Amino acid sequence: MLEFLSQPWPWYVSGIVIALVMVLLLFFGKSFGFSSNLRVICAACGAGKYASLFDFDWRAQTWNLLFLVGAIIGGFISSEFLSDGEAVRISQATIQDLRQLGIAAPKGLQPEEIFTLESVLSVRGFLILLLGGFMIGFGSRYAGGCTSGHAISGLSNLQLPSLIAVVGFFIGGLITTWLLLPLIF
Amino acid sequence: MKGIKFILTGILFGIVMSKSEAISWFRIQEMFRFQSFHMYGIIGTAVVLGVIITYLIKKYKLRDYQGNPIVFAPKEKSVSRYLFGGIIFGLGWALAGACPGPLFVNLGHGYWAFLLVIFGAVAGTFTYGLIKEKLPH
Repeated sequence: MLEFLSQPWPWYVSGIVIALVMVLLLFFGKSFGFSSNLRVICAACGAGKYASLFDFDWRAQTWNLLFLVGAIIGGFISSEFLSDGEAVRISQATIQDLRQLGIAAPKGLQPEEIFTLESVLSVRGFLILLLGGFMIGFGSRYAGGCTSGHAISGLSNLQLPSLIAVVGFFIGGLITTWLLLPLIF
Repeated sequence: MKGIKFILTGILFGIVMSKSEAISWFRIQEMFRFQSFHMYGIIGTAVVLGVIITYLIKKYKLRDYQGNPIVFAPKEKSVSRYLFGGIIFGLGWALAGACPGPLFVNLGHGYWAFLLVIFGAVAGTFTYGLIKEKLPH
């Protein structure tokens, strides 16, 4: 069993479990939307003094912060106990494309060219991570949700706004992948 | 401990995002290069099941564990905020290789560089709050 769990899960198992997470939260009277936590963190840090967006009773959202803590623990459990230690098995075509950018084939989950301390301390690496994060935070609040809130919860409820947001996610992702990354690397 | 169920659900989320490799920068690149079905299969399966489940919850007026009706708040109608916000989000998603949930799951794996991405994400959310009124919605 542990051996089975330690292998990468097939896409259909993963999709089913993600749907289960959404259902569990609905059954608990909540809705699945992770980026709301970023707004909650701003509010908890006192950002309500500066902008009305953060002037709300963030303590009512404590459940979502607990979900966030669980997500970190889940990552730790996977890394410590459910990992076979092998690199991400991405397609050969992607490995070749990334090699042309100067990014080596996977040795773990993340590329060393971006996520090592050495990269964080370089100008390029620092800006990739900081600006990448900035756009994730700015864009998800502007769009009113991220992958969980729009692509999963919103599409499941057949919301046209969520479809527009997901189309936007892909336009942005394709621009970064095909136009920006070749300029950066 | 009323909160424990949210921690446990979060743990399940962290594990599935890890084991599906959806928290990997490489997998996000593979997706945006259309070189594997993997990520589309994950999202597609979740959405198809989600549509069916949401339909059944509405049809049978199912209730949550406290007996309250499960309600789905419709998103407000607009194009610009979803399109512009979505594009900005997508630019960051492909750059950092993770959406908000996986940013935190990666911390559990010991990828501390994501602390910088999370700092950026909080700063981005805060900045949006400051200039919200000046943006087209």
